Amino acid sequence: MTYHELVVIGGGPAGLAAALAAWEKGVRDILILERDKEAGGILNQCIHNGFGLHRFKEELTGPEYAGRFIELVKQTDVQIRVDTMVLDLSEDRVLHTVSPQHGYEAIQAGAVVLAMGCRERTRGAISIPGARCSGIFTAGAAQRFMNMEGYMVGRRVVILGSGDIGLIMARRMTLEGAKVLACVELMPYSGGLTRNIVQCLNDFDIPLYLSHTVTDVRGKDRLEQVVVSKVDEKRNPIPGTEMVFDCDTLLLSVGLLPENELSRQAGIAIDPRTNGPVVWENRECSIPGVFACGNVLHVHDLVDYVSLESEAAGRAAADYLHGLRSEGEEISLKNGNGVGYTVPQRFHRGAESLEIFFRVRNIYHNAAIRVLDGENQIARFKREHMAPGEMENIKLPKVLLDRIRSDALTVEIEQAPVGGGVPDAPQVKG
Amino acid sequence: MNYDVLIIGCGVTGASCAYTLAQHRLRIGILEASNDVANGTTKANSAIVHAGYDPEPGTKMARLNVRGTARMGELCKRLDVPYANIGSFVLSLSEQDDAHVKALYERGLANGVPGLRVLSGEEARAMDPGISPELRCALWAPSAGIVNPWELCLALAETAVRNGAELHLSTPVTAIEREDGLWKLRTPKGEFRAPYVLNCAGVAADRIAALVGDESFRIQPTKGEYFLLDKSEGHRVEHVIFQCPSELGKGVLVTPTVHGNLLVGPNAQRTTADDTSNTAAGLAFVRASALRSVPGINFRDNIRNFAGVRANSDCEDFIIRESEAAPGFIHFAGIRSPGLSAAPAFGEEALALLRAAGLKAEKKENYIDSRRRIRFHELSDAEKNEMIRKDPRWGRVICRCETVTEGEIAEALHSPIPPVSVNGVKRRVGAGMGRCQGGFCGPRVQEIVARELGLDPTQVLMDWEGTWVLCGETKGGAKA
Repeated sequence: MTYHELVVIGGGPAGLAAALAAWEKGVRDILILERDKEAGGILNQCIHNGFGLHRFKEELTGPEYAGRFIELVKQTDVQIRVDTMVLDLSEDRVLHTVSPQHGYEAIQAGAVVLAMGCRERTRGAISIPGARCSGIFTAGAAQRFMNMEGYMVGRRVVILGSGDIGLIMARRMTLEGAKVLACVELMPYSGGLTRNIVQCLNDFDIPLYLSHTVTDVRGKDRLEQVVVSKVDEKRNPIPGTEMVFDCDTLLLSVGLLPENELSRQAGIAIDPRTNGPVVWENRECSIPGVFACGNVLHVHDLVDYVSLESEAAGRAAADYLHGLRSEGEEISLKNGNGVGYTVPQRFHRGAESLEIFFRVRNIYHNAAIRVLDGENQIARFKREHMAPGEMENIKLPKVLLDRIRSDALTVEIEQAPVGGGVPDAPQVKG
Repeated sequence: MNYDVLIIGCGVTGASCAYTLAQHRLRIGILEASNDVANGTTKANSAIVHAGYDPEPGTKMARLNVRGTARMGELCKRLDVPYANIGSFVLSLSEQDDAHVKALYERGLANGVPGLRVLSGEEARAMDPGISPELRCALWAPSAGIVNPWELCLALAETAVRNGAELHLSTPVTAIEREDGLWKLRTPKGEFRAPYVLNCAGVAADRIAALVGDESFRIQPTKGEYFLLDKSEGHRVEHVIFQCPSELGKGVLVTPTVHGNLLVGPNAQRTTADDTSNTAAGLAFVRASALRSVPGINFRDNIRNFAGVRANSDCEDFIIRESEAAPGFIHFAGIRSPGLSAAPAFGEEALALLRAAGLKAEKKENYIDSRRRIRFHELSDAEKNEMIRKDPRWGRVICRCETVTEGEIAEALHSPIPPVSVNGVKRRVGAGMGRCQGGFCGPRVQEIVARELGLDPTQVLMDWEGTWVLCGETKGGAKA
């Protein structure tokens, strides 16, 4: 069995940023394990721009954004091992890996950063009825075929889900000469950025059907028709509202799920609200010395925030390796009215400061985020606009944290939402 | 092309016949309409090995079910087919069900089913706590099990091919004539002649029979819809859980699969032979019914729905006999449940019927009767390393959900019956069967199939003919 001080599982934006931050904090033996043929993760197939506005104050494509981090890693002694799959992670941080170059290998890690990212929900996850024909792709799989392999997946397209991946693919397929007939969204509002609605749908006259869903898929061999129906307030299809689209392709952009099979195997506590590990303020999981960041922890909206979070996790892993433990009594964070989840889920009394990330369950205008210590409001943050598609964050300074009396803080929204409904799963932006 | 015996259809029925016949000095030809074996009812069913208490005593169904089930374990071991003898329960959830459970017990005894017992609700729930607390009593059948049906078919067909049987894929029979005492089968790939024909054409068996003027039976295709859940739900129950039929229908089952998933279904809906679509109403029925037996099923972890078409017929029993209208033309038709369980007994049955019709079949002195498929995730650490040392492709995991390596995919693509589609690869090695449903590995499998078979990636199909995936290159062109 070989030993490495820090092993980072995943060479996407989260893993790269965590490794770099740990390196900058003095950790010198860092190994990144990447299952694909090269580092960069899903950014490699996101060839559109819009990445890095916060982080680098400029508009980059996905591969450019990843490239910045890969270049920085190359200037260090951090090793990236590609084509490497982690098959198993144990409670005592032993990783079982397999790769063409190194065969089957067990690695003992001093600390581990989980950065495996997320996967797309599939047709099965939402049980779309209809035929077993070809021509139904998750938007990400279609994106890989088009942007990395250079092949078209179809000519006449319907897209289910108006999250940003679906919107981006609507534009991408149109630019490649396909006809995108419709973008269909179950919710009464889009899960995507306004700029993407304008630039990817409106600019190409692609209709967006809100409060609609796909109720049948027809085709003997390849997809031939998709049936779209309007849904009521409870999201049940309304009979008699069917529209039939003649098309050969259906793209699904119906949500993302953190990939935590390894984490579960290791016995790490998972939060059913995020489908990611339960973490402390430093992104440490329920097993000491194991940290999580990026989309494996919770699905982010912007990669810029993935980088920030991952740097924090990388620094915390370095602290852990240097014998610095965050200690203190546990204070838990609860999601109150209108809030879907919080990350972190708990923190130590005496923490220096606390940044809380979360998503709201609905669209809000001129509302406020309240933080309650037991029954008492200790902070209030005004927001002009909040939507489930966008991640929210608030920062509590030490002076506030030191005044907490109970053992639980609640984050909640003060005002009734505009419209109704709750999305099943959030969408990533980029 | 001339053969001693032609088999129409290479589902598990045709494959089982071919497997036994190929152990004899015979020229065997198998004509399969689809581009792969196991591509009809065989790939979409409950994957259950039934104990044999369902069929009426004295029927072919009863006899072949009990015999097939008794042989399944040994056959699967020899041919390296995933099988588990986990036993089954039939639940009684009402007073009416109590009587039904008792009747099944009696029928099972008459059919010679081993080990049957009627257990109290507490006894059964102690064995499988996933079962509903509403349970009153249950029929326990320890000889029941689960199997990978398409791999059973593939293993039987592969072994037949290795013993000299010739498999012709994408070869639908369009007309049959009688010529010089031989049956002449017309196909788009040419004419095939033989004195004996086995009609194992599944949902098309009545259409094939009609080609020789035999209209003695009708297939009544009956669709069943399923949920396949993630492995996280794979231990919700540890046995096959059946319901008694009720006014709601025949009752759906809940079972672990040999791959570690949970399978829930089916309903029963008369349809056309090629209708494998799911309906919202059908799925809703299956879900609601299953929750009566196993209330804890988390349907949020569903990864796939599918529908299979059973080859039910207008006859009560399996139609296994020589056609009265056509000498030497033998039907294996109406093979509905428990067809899969009975399949290991079909070869011997076919041989007996062929001999009765006049075929001389002498057993070969040497023939292959074993098969081994290397499944990377089942190997020990040392064996894994040994495989990767010999061929580094065994170290490259392509399907992350099911841990399938490039080595396994390449091996399948050069096996005795190579797949020609992405789903053909999936049926052989499991790539794309997991929770992401090929979202990540699909494009890579597409590339490997193209490379290994010398095809352009746009020629690689999802499954059967016509299921194209890619329609051309992007403006920038394919990567070099």
